[in-house]
Amino acid sequence: MPKTDFVVRIGGDTAKDPGIITTGEIITHAAAQSGLHIYTFKTFPAEIKGGQALFQVRIADYILLSQGDAVDVLVVFSREAYELNAPDLAEDAILIYDSGNFQPEPVTNRIDYGVPLAEIAQNQVGSLLSKNIVAIGVLTAILGIPREVMAKTIGEQFGARGRAIVETNLKALDAGIDYVNQNKIKPADYIFQPITPLPKLVLDGNEAVSLGAIVAGMKVFAGYPITPASDILHFMQRELPKFGGDALQTEDEISAISLAIGASFAGKKSMTATSGPGFSLMVESINLAAMAEIPLVIVDVQRGGASTGMPTKMAQGDLNIALYGVHNESPRIVIGLTSVEDSFYGIIRAFNLAEIYQTPVVVLSDQYLAPRKATINEPDLEEIEIIDRMIPSKEQLKNYRRYKITASGISPMAIPGIENGAYIAEGIEHNEMSAPAYTPQIHAEMTRKRFKKLETLTSSIYVDEFVRRYGHEYPEIGIIGWGSSEGVIREAVSKAEIKGGKVAALHPKLLNPLPVKHIMEFVRPLRRIIVPEANYTGQFAALLRDRCGINPIQLNKDVGLPFTPGEILAKIEEVAETL
Amino acid sequence: MAQRAAKDYRGSIKPIWCPGCGHYGILSAIYQGFSNLNLNPSEVVVVSGIGCSGRLPGYLRTYGFHGVHGRALPLATGVKIANPKLTVLVAGGDGDSYSIGAGHIPHAARRNADLTYIVMNNGVYSLTKGQHSPTSSPQLLSKQTQLRPLQDALNPIAFAVACDVSFVARGYSHARNELADLIIQAIQHKGFALIDVLSPCPTFNRVQTSDFYRNNIVPIASNHDAADKFQAFIWANETGKIPVGIFYKVRKPTLQERLEERRIQSGREEMSMRNLFEKFY
Ligand SMILES: Cc1ncc(C[n+]2csc(CCOP(=O)(O)OP(=O)(O)O)c2C)c(N)n1
Ligand code: SF4
Repeated sequence: MPKTDFVVRIGGDTAKDPGIITTGEIITHAAAQSGLHIYTFKTFPAEIKGGQALFQVRIADYILLSQGDAVDVLVVFSREAYELNAPDLAEDAILIYDSGNFQPEPVTNRIDYGVPLAEIAQNQVGSLLSKNIVAIGVLTAILGIPREVMAKTIGEQFGARGRAIVETNLKALDAGIDYVNQNKIKPADYIFQPITPLPKLVLDGNEAVSLGAIVAGMKVFAGYPITPASDILHFMQRELPKFGGDALQTEDEISAISLAIGASFAGKKSMTATSGPGFSLMVESINLAAMAEIPLVIVDVQRGGASTGMPTKMAQGDLNIALYGVHNESPRIVIGLTSVEDSFYGIIRAFNLAEIYQTPVVVLSDQYLAPRKATINEPDLEEIEIIDRMIPSKEQLKNYRRYKITASGISPMAIPGIENGAYIAEGIEHNEMSAPAYTPQIHAEMTRKRFKKLETLTSSIYVDEFVRRYGHEYPEIGIIGWGSSEGVIREAVSKAEIKGGKVAALHPKLLNPLPVKHIMEFVRPLRRIIVPEANYTGQFAALLRDRCGINPIQLNKDVGLPFTPGEILAKIEEVAETL
Repeated sequence: MAQRAAKDYRGSIKPIWCPGCGHYGILSAIYQGFSNLNLNPSEVVVVSGIGCSGRLPGYLRTYGFHGVHGRALPLATGVKIANPKLTVLVAGGDGDSYSIGAGHIPHAARRNADLTYIVMNNGVYSLTKGQHSPTSSPQLLSKQTQLRPLQDALNPIAFAVACDVSFVARGYSHARNELADLIIQAIQHKGFALIDVLSPCPTFNRVQTSDFYRNNIVPIASNHDAADKFQAFIWANETGKIPVGIFYKVRKPTLQERLEERRIQSGREEMSMRNLFEKFY
């Protein structure tokens, strides 16, 4: 049977084999333009120039939930890349290698095609640099991708760099295709069948966050460069001014978040985006926003390791700082983004909640989600609810109390410029009139008022949108995950179900306030609970123990790489043995 | 609109500053300056950090933001970006402005947002009870330790001029009319204005006292050309007396002007969300 779901990977040294990432992107776009679903995964070398990188894309004619387990087609230009990537190959994989460079030892069942990629590029195309496009030609022929689809994608990719460059690359594409045809290399038994494409956006996680923020009405963005969050800053600098907004690169993260808080105080929805080290610098100001009750969205694109750690690797290591990174206590909302599509809608929800509850919202993405591409249907803007903060009515302005104690904890927020609304946004404990005051009674009342907002959220209609459940109806084993591992877990669960396992998964996207009621309902019938997370100590498992009184089995992976469905499935099977 | 009086800017909270504190003089000069410019209190935001100085916004009837220690400048920059029509005044102590928050001054100067920064410089950390600040006199015995400063004093005027702050002045809290005049000029200046205001703290600073200032302050010569950076440096490095007045004043594009230019260049007219989505097909 032909495969309709397969993984293509290009691996190499970014200095010696330039264009690794571009090659992957071209294949990705060709698949997306054909209406197929894609799920990409990349790793970057830590070096600025040089070092091994890979770009992989899983392609299928149904919605994809993970990067997959094994690689079906591997393209490598050198022995080093071959040796690094060979362990990930499926048993019946196709290997395309530069035969002018090295000769791999054959492996049973594996299909090896040696193509003198560099030689063809040099001699037939006249540009050694185009060897990756020759490889694309080879892939085009082997995978049965229509030439015109690939040619169009290449035209788009290089169009901005002039006709001559496009021509050279098309020549390289054809050279690759011709080589396969002339040498009668058998096409793979894969189906790359363009389906009548619904128009789809091809976005990565950072782009989805950025687009969502603009749709949500964000007008001020401030950030400081940091991998892997910088792309949000770049996006905003390019696009936000077109929407009447402003984006700034500040002198540091403290300045970035302060600027965002000031802008929000003055009436504009604002956001900052960073990664762990920058987030660490922001915690004092997050506390200020909570105390002064300023709506604010902070995106933390988590990366690997403590301190400077592993900037180009993935981890889910910032849950604790997102939840607890503050001195004393103050209310904040924490959201874990789960997919590219969810990054778009999740950031809009984050803005809505920040506006409703006038408190900071921390949004967790990560290095696995942020750079990976996926196709999503174009959002229907009419259908998206955008909520703005409550401002005081004429009546309320007569004797205006900015921090008025209310049943919901939410008090109308005046904006500078509004007559009779003048007040001081206060980081010092204060009374309803925003005057500094520390009596035991005032501190108790105001603390209750601020935290009341989280209770109001917990009992609101919004919580249901944040919890997803899938899998068996009467499960014995349950998986509770958070953040970007949703798709991988979901795929593992369906594989386990196919094998007859009674397994289900719950994925809360709201991490504070935690939807405890939903979690308790989910765990009630379970005999075992597994919590997979990409960190060392099990931060989410600890949260669940603390808030829900359950004791899950931890599955921790802290190596800088995401889970694969196979790893989760193996754990499910291992736990099933103990039932 | 009828001319507003100084008292129309007075907030409902009574200041908790000590009797004789220089900060009172600064507050009055601000009232006076605002009144002179007849600013609408609803369209003014006063942003501060933490310290005795940080309490200032609460004593005005305008909007205010009392933020964390050292971050008043970026906070105020955000306010101004969000609504350029607002008059934004920033206040901080010498610790808030020249120590923990000093890293923001060069960048505030580079951005040149239209802000008026009043540094309430009393040469000591007052709220935390008398530790040395970056502008403490070498003679100052700290109240708690009875030790002199271990570190040299910073010259904030020279620092500001070096950073190319587009309006650099020094005032004295007890010379209220002159200070009010500096504040008016700073607000009218298009760009980032910094006024270092000498403000005696009778409680913790027995060196930089009002007596000391009365005997040592001199106005900058009336023929000083404030556009001349080199001359500004010479005045900033005056070692005998302490000059007050405007040291440096240049017109350069404000942050608002830079951002507006970006918006125009970006071709915002044709932009819609749909157009942006198009780019991702
Ligand atoms: C991050 C942080 N560190 C330290 C403090 C403690 N603190 C409060 S005010 C202050 C310094 C006050 O001195 P200054 O800024 O000169 O203002 P003044 O009280 O003299 O007006 C310090 C260190 C704080 N609030 N926050
Ligand atoms: S301690 Fe000093 S600065 Fe603070 S209020 Fe008293 S006199 Fe003023």
